[in-house]
Amino acid sequence: MQNHFPLWKNILILAIFFISLVYALPNLYSEDPSVQISSNLTTVTLKDQSARIEAAIKAAALPTKAFETKDKQILARFNNTDDQLKAADILRDQLGNDYTVALNLAPTTPTWLRALGADAMYLGLDLRGGVHFLLEVDMDAAVKQAEERYTDDVRTALRTAKIRYLAVVKDPDFIKIKLKAIEDKPALLALLSKELRTLNVTEPAAQDQVWLKISELEVRDIKKSAVAQNMTTLRNRVNQLGVAEPVIQQQGENRIVVQLPGVQDTTRAKEILGTTATLEYRLVDTEHDAQQALQGHVPVNSKLYYEKNGAPILLNRRIIVTGDQIVDSSSGADEDGRPSVNITLNGVGATKMGKLTQANVGKPMAVVFIEYKVDTKIVNGEKVRHKEKVEKVISVATINGVFSKRFQTTGLDSPQEARNLSLMLRAGALAAPIDIVEERTVGPSLGQDNINKGFLSFIIGFVAVVLFMVVFYRMFGLIANLALAFNVVIVVSILSMLQATLTLPGIAGIILTVGMSVDANVLIFERIKEEIRNGSSPQTSIFAGYEKAFATILDSHVTNLVVAIVLFAFGTGSVKGFAVTLIIGILSSMFTAITGTRMVINWIYGHRKVEKLSI
Amino acid sequence: MIIAIASLAIRGLEMGIDFTGGTLIEVGYQKAADVTALRKTLGEIGFADATVQNFGTAKDVLIRLKPREGVNSNDLSSQVLEAINKTTAEPASVRRVEFVGPQVGDDLAEDGFLALLYSTLGILIYIAWRFEWKFSLGAVIATFHDVIVTLGVFSIFQLEFDLTVLAAILALIGYSLNDTIVVYDRIRENFRDMRDTPTEDIMNIAVNDTLSRTIMTSATVFLVLLALFIWGGAVIHNFSIGLLFGVVFGTYSSIFIASPMALILGICPEDLMVPIKEGSEMDQMP
Repeated sequence: MQNHFPLWKNILILAIFFISLVYALPNLYSEDPSVQISSNLTTVTLKDQSARIEAAIKAAALPTKAFETKDKQILARFNNTDDQLKAADILRDQLGNDYTVALNLAPTTPTWLRALGADAMYLGLDLRGGVHFLLEVDMDAAVKQAEERYTDDVRTALRTAKIRYLAVVKDPDFIKIKLKAIEDKPALLALLSKELRTLNVTEPAAQDQVWLKISELEVRDIKKSAVAQNMTTLRNRVNQLGVAEPVIQQQGENRIVVQLPGVQDTTRAKEILGTTATLEYRLVDTEHDAQQALQGHVPVNSKLYYEKNGAPILLNRRIIVTGDQIVDSSSGADEDGRPSVNITLNGVGATKMGKLTQANVGKPMAVVFIEYKVDTKIVNGEKVRHKEKVEKVISVATINGVFSKRFQTTGLDSPQEARNLSLMLRAGALAAPIDIVEERTVGPSLGQDNINKGFLSFIIGFVAVVLFMVVFYRMFGLIANLALAFNVVIVVSILSMLQATLTLPGIAGIILTVGMSVDANVLIFERIKEEIRNGSSPQTSIFAGYEKAFATILDSHVTNLVVAIVLFAFGTGSVKGFAVTLIIGILSSMFTAITGTRMVINWIYGHRKVEKLSI
Repeated sequence: MIIAIASLAIRGLEMGIDFTGGTLIEVGYQKAADVTALRKTLGEIGFADATVQNFGTAKDVLIRLKPREGVNSNDLSSQVLEAINKTTAEPASVRRVEFVGPQVGDDLAEDGFLALLYSTLGILIYIAWRFEWKFSLGAVIATFHDVIVTLGVFSIFQLEFDLTVLAAILALIGYSLNDTIVVYDRIRENFRDMRDTPTEDIMNIAVNDTLSRTIMTSATVFLVLLALFIWGGAVIHNFSIGLLFGVVFGTYSSIFIASPMALILGICPEDLMVPIKEGSEMDQMP
């Protein structure tokens, strides 16, 4: 029998159809604006808190749709975005630092669908609103920091090994050691090969010197871990901001993509993400005169800084503790009501701080606030990235007693500054400064607009094609339309299953697929018409039409696919979304247009004598 | 084609901020926006080079800023918003802000160029493998024609060329090839079936055989693109324009350029006489 499918083939096609229908289904359900509360503390169970949260929302007379408590978070659903925003503000105020309150869109998919793992498509930022940042990690600064650390390490190692040196200095190329006595050189080399193996040793002509450089391998490691550590830090900071479903991904060698759905306050987001603010604690050098240092006589073991009021101050080169030894911090006010940051150190930091304060009671200690600012300027038509490390001493205080793990820092300008600083210290310092090189913000109104417009043009385009096909191919056109609808269902269900991001160009891709996927059917139908003209019987014409058109369809679709894959490989952001829908559309249209229509045509025309085809 | 190249050479393309770097701000108002007033305000605070224009509707305004010297580019958008909110009675609602650093712009342009290059290469190889190198070259020339003419349209009307348009151009390459391949496929088949017919006639017959299909498919694609152009919103306006023109030129080129090119390159039946066993793969497929 020519036009007949075996039973298994029919069942397979129908099964695929029903499975895609089920997985496409969640997209029909809308999403509730909701507030998601999770705790940063491990000791508190949220169950105890849910009553308190419910009461807080009730007190503000905000109607809620539902309350859900899942293992680690509470979800409150609201009727509209206004209520959601108000509730989030109230909860943030009442719950304080220990809880993260995030805005979210909670799907209303019924449980039986969710149990199957069926979820709606993930909407891109251009459809749901939000911010997209592309951050560039400053690799040079990361390496420079490492060089500074090594310089310190070399000094310490020399001192411990009792090798006397005149200077250990870092210049752009090398860390240069100048010895006091040439006789110590073998001992120095032995020490270096034992304890500082990651450094490459160069022996210059000057016999009393040894130059060191970080090895290539080590530099690569430093860069890699700078990006990795920055990503961790960014993730922490984003969590502090309270964003549901953030995306933080590495892109290329030194760039990080951060996407914050639903965030509108970009200024604050930028402040939190971009600043590399950190603190350093150093002893004040009281033995030398800062005024003299101003004229260029900076003592070897000290460094010149400026206080907030512009006064010069000399600080010891050795850092007591740095920002990465801070495990927790919170903002508050000291006894006099000045904004302050309460700091908790980790074990290593606490030991260091304890030892130092014990030995230096009565001496002044300074807190240095470090911030990196990056600008792109255009000089003589050339783009020049200008980087500035801003270091200022925010407070100098006398060590009154021994402290180690917990203490307070004052000297900040405003409570806002204290809050931001404590947030950043809590989230960890960035390993290397970052620079925002791309930003795209989409307001929520535009997002909804884009969805509506995309959907409208999809419907109109779809209907136009459907009418067109019926007018030109009658019954066969109708069958092709069934396949077309089937194709759209498959595309949507695959996008949902993959949890691929749907963007506006992605919708355009689906629309384009609608126009292009009938191509296969047009090819087949034209071939069938031709066969009929050549005098073949209807049954033979159908068979030959499908058979002969197949090679053409395959070739033309594969070339199309090649282009779509290239587009996917090189596209970024929303363009990638376009490529994804195009790829899925091309593949699934081959299936539906060839196999799907064949099945229906076999049902209608197979098994019987056909005089004339409605084509 | 000549007009397109001339325009590209003389006027160039109006590159969007995706490639040049810069800042783009779209704001919306409840009532029609006073573009002239906004322009004046921006001029007063030192943004004389800003372009301000309506976008889509009279209520929406698009402000474009070039990458600036000496100013921290991150703060630009806040400055602009602050300034325009002072002058207008009603605060603008921010619909979208895009900032692209100059470095990223260069990278995106490079990626775009590479994408064009690799897709062309991929096609050359695939068609050469499935057909013959003369066809392959003919197809690539026809595709190049489409791309250049479409770019020419963007240049003549000074439409903004951004990432989505680049995506449109690439999609167009895929589409136009699709068309070309169908014709080629028919030529190959005719070569085998009609051994005694002169090459030129074979091509003619092939083009005629596939003509109704070419027009049908182009029509359906054109229809959906028209829907996208009219109802899809201003954000993907240029995307749909690129494809609309592209489809027209693509259809034209696959009929009038692709095959003649293969002919000029000296295609002859012997080139395609290699017995390819198509039947074997078709048996497995319905």
